[in-house]
Amino acid sequence: MLGRTAWGITWMFRYLVRAENTARLLEAGLRMALTRGDAAAADEWRSVLVTLGQLDAYEARHGEITGLAVADFILRGADNPASVRAMIEHARTNARMVRTAITREVWEAVNESWMALGEALARPVRAASLGTTLGLVRRQAMLVRGAMEATMLRNEIFNFARIASHLEAADSTARILDVKYHVLLPSLAWVGSELDNAQWEMVLRSVAGERVFRWLNAGRLDPRGIAEFLILDGRFPNSLAYSYAKLASNMAGLVREYGEETPAHALVQHAARQLKGLSIGEVFDFGLHEFLTDFITDNRRIAEAIAADYRFTD
Amino acid sequence: MRDEAGGVRAAYRDYAAWYEAQDRVWLARQDRAAEGFFRRTGITFNVYGEDAGAERLIPFDMVPRIITAAEWDKLSRGIEQRVRALNAFLHDLYHKREIVRAGRLPERLLAANAAFLPQMVGFTPPGGVYTHIVGIDLVRTGPDEFMVLEDNARTPSGVSYMLENRETMMAMFPELFARVRVRPVSDYPRELARSLAACAPAVAGERPVIAVLTPGIYNSAYFEHSFLADQMGAELVEGSDLRVVGGRVAMRTTRGWKPIDVLYRRVDDEFLDPLSFNPQSMLGVAGIMDVYRAGGITIANAPGTGIADDKAIYSFMPEIVEFYTGEKPILKNVPTWRCAEPEALAYVLDNLAELVVKEVHGSGGYGMLIGPTSSKAEIARFAAKLRARPDNYIAQPTLALSTVPIFTKAGLAPRHVDLRPFVLVSPKGIRITPGGLTRVALKKGSLVVNSSQGGGTKDSWVLAE
Repeated sequence: MLGRTAWGITWMFRYLVRAENTARLLEAGLRMALTRGDAAAADEWRSVLVTLGQLDAYEARHGEITGLAVADFILRGADNPASVRAMIEHARTNARMVRTAITREVWEAVNESWMALGEALARPVRAASLGTTLGLVRRQAMLVRGAMEATMLRNEIFNFARIASHLEAADSTARILDVKYHVLLPSLAWVGSELDNAQWEMVLRSVAGERVFRWLNAGRLDPRGIAEFLILDGRFPNSLAYSYAKLASNMAGLVREYGEETPAHALVQHAARQLKGLSIGEVFDFGLHEFLTDFITDNRRIAEAIAADYRFTD
Repeated sequence: MRDEAGGVRAAYRDYAAWYEAQDRVWLARQDRAAEGFFRRTGITFNVYGEDAGAERLIPFDMVPRIITAAEWDKLSRGIEQRVRALNAFLHDLYHKREIVRAGRLPERLLAANAAFLPQMVGFTPPGGVYTHIVGIDLVRTGPDEFMVLEDNARTPSGVSYMLENRETMMAMFPELFARVRVRPVSDYPRELARSLAACAPAVAGERPVIAVLTPGIYNSAYFEHSFLADQMGAELVEGSDLRVVGGRVAMRTTRGWKPIDVLYRRVDDEFLDPLSFNPQSMLGVAGIMDVYRAGGITIANAPGTGIADDKAIYSFMPEIVEFYTGEKPILKNVPTWRCAEPEALAYVLDNLAELVVKEVHGSGGYGMLIGPTSSKAEIARFAAKLRARPDNYIAQPTLALSTVPIFTKAGLAPRHVDLRPFVLVSPKGIRITPGGLTRVALKKGSLVVNSSQGGGTKDSWVLAE
């Protein structure tokens, strides 16, 4: 397998997962804005921009924060290189580049997503259709995943695709949790307030964990429980623990195929082991924000080590 | 489809009976559905000069172009003969030049020809094969006559359309294939892989490593490059993946450098090796020509084959075929005036309004004059260009080209077509896939079939006995 192909597969899947997570975050923001007053809505849209790291870019081009302007900027802003439209375009460009490494079904799913979203995002976002468009982004991402699951050979290509997806998912969950906890809670005194609960509900919605969490916890919402769920619950597919268990098993797949470990493997094994032995008490004692920032940095280092070890570029 | 008396020609009898029985509304719906199929599959091309990423479809016409078994038999014999001659000619050109010594080909055609590569002189490619893949462009000029319009000996494209057009037809009209016995084309990628492997250099192992070299995703034929690599199970590489390592051309894999035995390159000679040719090229591999000459890799097609599909050389093809095969050419050339010759030039200038004039090195339907459809001013402008550089042009009559039907809103309508069968050459022999790419001029009366100029494609059927 070419190093460039591994690189293309990686970015194809990172962009697909990123586009899907961005849509979820917007959906959660939209729901929050609809169920609360105008002032709270503006705060909420701001929090969406902060989580995506797009607040500065938005403010440089638009003044006031309004729901539609934010959604339009994030989904299709012509001057926003990190828009969902740009991500889908990147994912599809990478898929074209690695066309010989993916099945016809996976390629067609990506290509159709690109066509369908290109059409849906051709005109400015309207309030009436925002929900439908966001649903479309999620559904298209699911189609690609399904095609992947059903048709791809379980080999190095599949491993690289999964590694990229889990690195991206872990990064996204860690960021959402960190932003909510650290940046948005004005002070610890707010913990337990009504706003607080809404914010936590939004965190869960952003990672598609709202219903599961309620089901597991008989409807109770407590920040500590949610943090534990998102970080340590190995059953939940967007948790850090799940992502890292899968990251480790796909890295092991590469070892089986290639017959040797590289420095990246040591990093992954260390990180996965640490996560496994951790309790939520320890995380809070260490400081949730500090824990998450360290995690995001390590996650990036792992991605870089994999790219270097497997010769993604010359 | 019909003969002069208005009867349905034998080749089309079964198809016509089927067509008559179909519901027109349903056919029109299938016609639209075909476009969706091509878009979903990503069978698109980029047009030079448009925004990067702007992708277009080559229009597909759903009425097949049909050739009988007897016609194909004659055609394939003629093609084989011509391709044999092309390879012998190339070998001779880069070695003893007996054809020049024998006075059958003027030396001047070779001396100043940019497609001639001095780097190839005295070198014989592995297996002695120069043109591993050839596309011969044919036109029908009479009930039982095809003429060769052009030989594509460098990197003929379009074979992916031959294959996908058939897939599309089988998906849209399965019952038609139960009714008419059409010879399959789907073996082409397997045969291509086998043919390329048979040309591997001596250093290759039991299973030669084949790679397809593409200029990248923004190239107009990228779909075809990825399609062929995929179908052959070969790697699709770009220049940035390759490097000369230990005297071999190797690709950067996740596990390190891996040598390539056969490189099916879809990059022009000029860009193949910045050390030997265009130093600005990012598309090739620095040093590949040295590896090649040392026997470390097979390049398909061989560098320097372009000289054989030069339009000035083309006019000598009847002599070339006879010289190397000792046989009369089975396929005729279209009569051609070489404007480099004063008498021919005078005739061409006098008769521009009836002729098609082409640049010797041009391709893609650019830089040509089609006399009958040009205005007086256009003809005058072209005459000036012609006088300034006569050796840059050849001229041909506008043939009484045959037409085949296409599907239009108003029913079937006749349009001009050509046919490009694909030929594979290896030391094991010459194989011609029964069928090819039929290009069709979709505009009424137009003679230009190039996709860059509004042409479309059709499925091409060769009937079984």
